[in-house]
Amino acid sequence: MLETANAQGFPLLSLTVFLPLAGAVLIALMPKRHPLLDFAIAIMTAGAAFALSTGMLAGYDSDWMVNSPRAAFQFADPATPARWLPGGITFQIGVDGISIVLVWLTTLLSLLALLFSATAVRVRVREYIALMLILETGILGVFCALDLFLFYVFWEAALIPMILLIGIWGGSRRIYASYKFLLYTMAGSALMLVAIIGLAQWAGNGSFHYFDVIGGMVRPALDQRFGIPGTTFAMDLRVALFAAFALAFAVKVPLFPFHTWLPDAHVEAPTAGSVILAGVLLKMGTYGFVRFALPLFPEVAHAAAPWFLTLAVIGIWYGAWVAFAQEDMKSLVAYSSVSHMGIIMLGIFALNAIGMAGGVLQMVNHGLTTGALFLLVGMLYERAHTREIAAFGGLWSAMPRFSVLFLIILFASVGLPGTNGFVGEWLSLLGAYQAHPVWGILGAFGVILGALYMLSMFQRVFFGPQSELSASMTDLTAREIAVLLPLVVLVLWIGIYPATFLDPIEATSTVWAAALRAGAEVAVGP
Amino acid sequence: MPTFIPLLPLVLALPLAGVVLLVLFGGRIGGRASGWLATTMVGFAFLLSLAIAFEYEGLREAPASSGTEADHALDDEGSHSVEEHGASPEWPVIERKLWRWMRVNRSLPLVVAAEPLAVGDTIDETMLDIVDVPYTDALGILDLSISVHRMWSADQALGLVARDAIEVGEVLSDMNVSAGADQIRPLGIPEAVGDFSLDVGLRLDWLSVLMLLVITGVGFLIHIYSTGYMAHDPDRRRYFTYLNLFVFSMLVLVLGSSFLTLFVGWELVGACSYLLIGFWHRSEANASAGRKAFIVNRIGDLAFLVGMMLLWTHFGSLAFGDVLPRAAELTGLAAIAAPLLLLGGATGKSAQIPLYVWLPDAMAGPTPVSALIHAATMVTAGVYMIARVHPLFDNAPGAMAAVAVVGGATALIAALIALVQVDIKRVLAYSTVSQLGYMFMAVGSGAYVAGVFHLMTHAFFKALLFLGAGSLMHAMEHGAEHAGEHPEALDGIPYEQDMRHMGGLLRRAPRTGWTFLIGGLALAGVFPLAGFWSKDEILLEVLAHGGGLYTALYAVGLLTAFLTALYTGRQLLLVLFGEPRSEAAAQAGESPLSMTVPLIVLAVLSIVGGLPVLSALGAPFPERLGDVLGHHAVEGLDKIVLALIASAAALAGLGLAWWMYGRRVPDLGLMAGRAGAASRVLWGKLYVDEAYHILFVAPFVRIARVLWKFVDNGLVDGAVNGVGRSLLAAGQWSRRWQGGRVRGYGLSILLGAALMVAWLFVAAP
Amino acid sequence: MNAVPLGHWLLLTTALFGVGAAGVLLRRNVMIVLMSVELMLNAVNIALVAAARAHGQIEGQLFVFFSLTVAAAEVAVGLALVVAIWRSLGRTDVDDVSVMHG
Repeated sequence: MLETANAQGFPLLSLTVFLPLAGAVLIALMPKRHPLLDFAIAIMTAGAAFALSTGMLAGYDSDWMVNSPRAAFQFADPATPARWLPGGITFQIGVDGISIVLVWLTTLLSLLALLFSATAVRVRVREYIALMLILETGILGVFCALDLFLFYVFWEAALIPMILLIGIWGGSRRIYASYKFLLYTMAGSALMLVAIIGLAQWAGNGSFHYFDVIGGMVRPALDQRFGIPGTTFAMDLRVALFAAFALAFAVKVPLFPFHTWLPDAHVEAPTAGSVILAGVLLKMGTYGFVRFALPLFPEVAHAAAPWFLTLAVIGIWYGAWVAFAQEDMKSLVAYSSVSHMGIIMLGIFALNAIGMAGGVLQMVNHGLTTGALFLLVGMLYERAHTREIAAFGGLWSAMPRFSVLFLIILFASVGLPGTNGFVGEWLSLLGAYQAHPVWGILGAFGVILGALYMLSMFQRVFFGPQSELSASMTDLTAREIAVLLPLVVLVLWIGIYPATFLDPIEATSTVWAAALRAGAEVAVGP
Repeated sequence: MPTFIPLLPLVLALPLAGVVLLVLFGGRIGGRASGWLATTMVGFAFLLSLAIAFEYEGLREAPASSGTEADHALDDEGSHSVEEHGASPEWPVIERKLWRWMRVNRSLPLVVAAEPLAVGDTIDETMLDIVDVPYTDALGILDLSISVHRMWSADQALGLVARDAIEVGEVLSDMNVSAGADQIRPLGIPEAVGDFSLDVGLRLDWLSVLMLLVITGVGFLIHIYSTGYMAHDPDRRRYFTYLNLFVFSMLVLVLGSSFLTLFVGWELVGACSYLLIGFWHRSEANASAGRKAFIVNRIGDLAFLVGMMLLWTHFGSLAFGDVLPRAAELTGLAAIAAPLLLLGGATGKSAQIPLYVWLPDAMAGPTPVSALIHAATMVTAGVYMIARVHPLFDNAPGAMAAVAVVGGATALIAALIALVQVDIKRVLAYSTVSQLGYMFMAVGSGAYVAGVFHLMTHAFFKALLFLGAGSLMHAMEHGAEHAGEHPEALDGIPYEQDMRHMGGLLRRAPRTGWTFLIGGLALAGVFPLAGFWSKDEILLEVLAHGGGLYTALYAVGLLTAFLTALYTGRQLLLVLFGEPRSEAAAQAGESPLSMTVPLIVLAVLSIVGGLPVLSALGAPFPERLGDVLGHHAVEGLDKIVLALIASAAALAGLGLAWWMYGRRVPDLGLMAGRAGAASRVLWGKLYVDEAYHILFVAPFVRIARVLWKFVDNGLVDGAVNGVGRSLLAAGQWSRRWQGGRVRGYGLSILLGAALMVAWLFVAAP
Repeated sequence: MNAVPLGHWLLLTTALFGVGAAGVLLRRNVMIVLMSVELMLNAVNIALVAAARAHGQIEGQLFVFFSLTVAAAEVAVGLALVVAIWRSLGRTDVDDVSVMHG
């Protein structure tokens, strides 16, 4: 078993993952009638988790290739996998360069979403806060789990609070939206459970631990390549298992044509829910591809890549095109997510180091910008009680601060250099271009399409003659600016000096891409 | 010992600091102070640029000994000089890496066996080599996999092959290969990790020095002008923030040491342009013009982006210092595709066919913006870029010809459209498109020096003309206020911009009027003003390039020169001379000094900016540019004769203009497309906007709605909900068998049992 | 001794079972249903005894004892239910106690 570095000997990661859950439990135990106290507990636990994950991000050693080669997965806890349930199910969490940035993103967005909710939510406040915290733990677990079964448990655990958030605090069609979300995702993940059990039996020799399974998947292929008789299982079975994983993840991403739950869920979800949903929940899908679907089945991934690249490109075009026609700001942002997630998938399925690094960085970027966009739209909705684009117009004069912040985020969303969006898009597209120029070129059209729908929306809302509604609006409060400012700073930071995030990502993705390529070459032959 | 050149980043930092200060404190210090803050920042940047330019001039070396002195001088902080051209440049190219922007790919030096080893061999250190294996190199990794496979037990997480392999070296000395594979090459410890990275860096040579001076110099003048022009605008703070941001972005564009850094500036200036065109955002038209500019630019940027991906794939780098010296290595499709894609980007930014449509609309922005961004600096970025990466174009004559043809066609068509415009700014806008076409024609003929030369002179006189137009509009507004009545707007053109309401302004606003006249004559190419020299140079070079295509382009250039003089003469006559045609013009007044002083400075530059004598005084022309862009001697043509021909064309144009508009009172009823079919087509701008609308915009919008309502809600979501509904229906149907009627269950048990018994009887024997 | 052939027995039991099943399915009176169930059980008992004898084995007959015991218990519970239903409803119609069906 691979040991993983945990120099501190201190359960930093476990603390990060389970602190929010502890906060939720604490809130449940508190006497009622103290909503402020509840919020204080929530923000303290979420803030502590954020502080811890910031520490881990800063402490993550990106040069491990030289210094301590075994340390890709750092902060592992416990240092060796602990037996958890009978049947080879273990407990271990750890982060590599890809998961650490996503963990950090999750803690950040959860904290900001909670801060935003402090005034936005007025009914069932305790339950709402508790669910947000449970959700945070679930998502963090997904990004950290080093055991396939554990991963599945967290995967489903993150689903439930999200459904409740949409179903209870959502808009008018919330029940429909939450059912759709539930059924769609469950349909995907049910097959994944079957695949996980199958993998543990056939590849992991009865162990669900990630390293055991992945070793078992690659070893037979190597044996086969060098003429050593070994146990391997049939290609069509591999394809089936890959398909089971890919379906679960593709629904979550969402990859065209599995995307229709997304606009419904987004439009109906409360603002904080949308932030988490778009910001990090969707990344569970792309993360799943990077962590499981690709490394476990490199040869299938290579064979299937053209299909996924095609779907990604369709998603980029289609999402942007449909977004252009939207009349509701929130559904416009939702469809833009379909488009942006297409770019991420394009980078990932380029199956090379650059594309993968770009895709993962773009996950962070999309989390920041789309999270910010949903917050901005939410702030507007709190004032105007409508999100209809046509109801606004000339908003700039009434809300100059809001407009400037919106503009910066908009530029990030369309990938203007100097903002984070450019770095991620550029690397993703460059990787895709290297995989095959056609994908890079077709995907690059996203830069025009993105500008089209975003600028049209911006013009209709902020420019032109002032509508009556716009004239009655008040500018952002200090608290709202405080919620948005970290996102704006990060947007510029990553755009100018992305190394903070790109170095850990790149260190890891380089190795994964190499392993992927090696795995495929071995199975198919050079 | 250079003191100023290491301060180059400060030139960028100053306008950026202006932006930050204005965003943070602009509200507190008020609009007037904001304007002066921004102006001061750009002023200091200009002074610093001047100092840098003079210092750079002093770095000249003897051609044979390549820059050791400069190397020593610039050793600090990662500066280094780069030798690039075969023809021994006399000035060092100074490159300075600021920070690593994106690390995209690491390479890994690995210890490998010098010879493939046989099974059973024992390895000692003498048998090992160190090779540099890109991490993603499939073969290297394949080898890694093998050795890992042999070396480590199955528990060793073979999916992490590459990583674990590094540890192979740790046990290398006592390794005894014994497994069943026939050949094994062990791999070992990396010595260091190298990487391919994309850096943010600056590059200083004569081309960037010249652009630096033009941008900060003209930018400074326009900032001063703006403090007067925008004095009464409540949104001054926002205006100056954008303007400073623009200067910063433009400097990034011209100082960037790689395609990617250039592209950063390239897109940022586009964004600033978007913001400034739509600066008066209350009007729907302004906002739409800004959006149009951004999106049309983005179409060009897409081509640029793809071009960069192509170059990266071939060269593994985007630094000019890596790519340009190796430009000749591109062959086949890539050799022509790369420059053509870059040309695509240039047509967007520099408003060439087919992407020129945004520039005339961009005049919706404040007039100083039109002068700075849409005449002097940003729109010339395409010319700058082609000159900067000229080895790529030199490598592909076909792409060169494409540049020249695009330029020639644009020059001619835009000049024709300019003939019938009545909006003072619109004439200048089409004139800019046309002059940019001229520059493209030059760089498309390999005459990079002439192209950049015209870029500079054009920056002087076109900025002058735009600022003058702004000042005249100011004068008209002033006059209208005095007269107490506004002339009515004709054809939707605001009265203060409509030349039909002007006339005789030379007398009413003499400082503005005379400088405007100088600018117009320079544009027309009258000897010895700046425009004459650069235009003459271009025509000469185009003809000297030889071949039927270029001879035809020379004719086009000559015709354009004639047309340029014609519409310029028309504009000067309509605006400055004759009798005032409205009360506003009759009572117009001169603008404040803050506006006219920049006009005078620019007028002086428009007069002397092209004089050959300047190069002797140390102005960067033309040999200094030739240092970067290649020296180009034209032989076998009589320069004097050609200059006379060009002058004759210009004078003929001015003469015809006088005959049509100056000899008698012009017939206003025949303007704005009312003088026959040809003028109607030209007034309609050849209906290109309408064609684009029908071909691209309208279908896009319609398809968007169809995709949303029909495809997404109907088909895709319909399929999902259809699956849901059919499952529901199946449930409803099967529910009937579970109704709770025990007798029903009993009957089905009985029937089932009976069936089984029957089956036994049938199947058993 | 000439025994009656097994086939005859089976025919008899099939007929008895059919009558019982029809009674269970068609009649509504709980008492009749209960009697019909008894009829089915005893038809099976007869078949078991007959088959055991025909094959010369004791197990079938043994099993009948179990079956009879269970049947007795069932009748006891069944009659208790009938009494309970009668007391609460005043009738013994099966359709009246269908409130538990899903």
